[in-house]
Amino acid sequence: MKKENIPQDPSALDKFTKEVCYAVDSSGNYVTELSRGWEVKATALDVAWKDIEQRIAAARQKVLNKEASPLLFFMELRLMDAGIVSAYTGFWKWQVKRHLQPAVFEKLSEKKLQQYAAAFNVSITELKTMEVHEG
Amino acid sequence: MKVNFEHLQAAHCENGVTTNLLKTIGIRNMTEPMVFGIGSGLFFIYIPLLKINNGPAIAFRTQPGLIFKRTCKSLGIPVVRKKFSSKQEAEKFLMECLEQGHPVGCQVGVYYLSYFPKEYRFHFNAHNLIVYGREGDTFLVSDPVMENVTTLSAYELERVRFAKGALAPRGQVYYPKERRVITDDQIRKAIVTGVKRNVRDMLRIPGGFAGVKGIAYTGRKIKKWRDKLGPHKAGLYLAQLVRMQEEIGTGGGGFRYIYGAFLQQAHAFHPIDALMNISQTFTQAGDLWRTAAVQAAGIYKGRIGSQEDYNTMGDYLIEISEIERKAFEALSTIKWRS
Repeated sequence: MKKENIPQDPSALDKFTKEVCYAVDSSGNYVTELSRGWEVKATALDVAWKDIEQRIAAARQKVLNKEASPLLFFMELRLMDAGIVSAYTGFWKWQVKRHLQPAVFEKLSEKKLQQYAAAFNVSITELKTMEVHEG
Repeated sequence: MKVNFEHLQAAHCENGVTTNLLKTIGIRNMTEPMVFGIGSGLFFIYIPLLKINNGPAIAFRTQPGLIFKRTCKSLGIPVVRKKFSSKQEAEKFLMECLEQGHPVGCQVGVYYLSYFPKEYRFHFNAHNLIVYGREGDTFLVSDPVMENVTTLSAYELERVRFAKGALAPRGQVYYPKERRVITDDQIRKAIVTGVKRNVRDMLRIPGGFAGVKGIAYTGRKIKKWRDKLGPHKAGLYLAQLVRMQEEIGTGGGGFRYIYGAFLQQAHAFHPIDALMNISQTFTQAGDLWRTAAVQAAGIYKGRIGSQEDYNTMGDYLIEISEIERKAFEALSTIKWRS
């Protein structure tokens, strides 16, 4: 890539930083230059987030239909798979999967609910209702 | 309390942390590309079956932690590295290091990294930063991918140092143990070691998923994605490939440009003309990676999406594989004079 071709497109980094890019100058020597971003990868990131939003909405609907417990909603919201939830809560992965069933989830003790609430950074009420208040 | 420290921005976090930590022990002539090359940072792997964020697991560089480790080893610099099971112990050790005047490299997760844009905060646990001081409840942080130094509260730092999941950092800290003077001769030898190891990793790694063979393998897979996954999911997979390739920290072109820069800088230590030519080949590879990214973007934006478009995309990777194979074969035949 030639130095003058380093893209300077708007990106999610705009308010935070610019990033270092390596490119060659007119005499063929490698130099570094700051870049605002590149539209191609900004879109890749957008595509990933749109998918996450769809997954969150689908999970919410499943919970409302009683096909899954609120755990599913929070796993999508916090981008966590069963392995990550297990690591943060101390439950086994099979327990996490079991708690995804609404009937099992409803019988969980306060203590266990608190473990999930802490991992998702919400209160127990928020955990049960899926109403999250975040700034 | 603040340790004498100079923040220098880098493309990639581990390169930057290594370069900046080496400066703290008086080694000032190690640049980001040199560290990347000596640490044999260039790689490619596509791990089938494993999913990351519901997409394919693809990496363009070597395993986290190796660049620092290999660079220090090649230059004969002793390293301190420690993991912790207790958060209190981890903070205590960090404070002791700072009191002794050592800025410290920390492995962290980015999900809770408060100064990162929300859009970038996934559960990725192999980010690196340097802590160089503490004022009250606030730690002074140098994150090499940021233009300027930043801060984290004690709680925020603890949370990112003890992020959970794959590659959990477990409070890992590391730094070069003591001041060393390194000679040009040591650097010359380190360059040869770094190049030879990278040749081995890219050309001779067993199996078909990694190295230059892995790139062609991924190209062949991509051609099947449209039928196998359906257009929506195939688009997501391609977006994930582009993110791994071009995301902040790669210097562009999936680290290929940084490697090209390394070969140019290596030429100052080993005046062999072939290094300059091979550097150009890596520039060409990086350019083609970016051309492929533009093609992928056409697909995930929905502008194009026929099977022919996926074939073109796959063929780009097969072509890149061939370019990189030739480049590393050329590197493997160099007669180093030292």
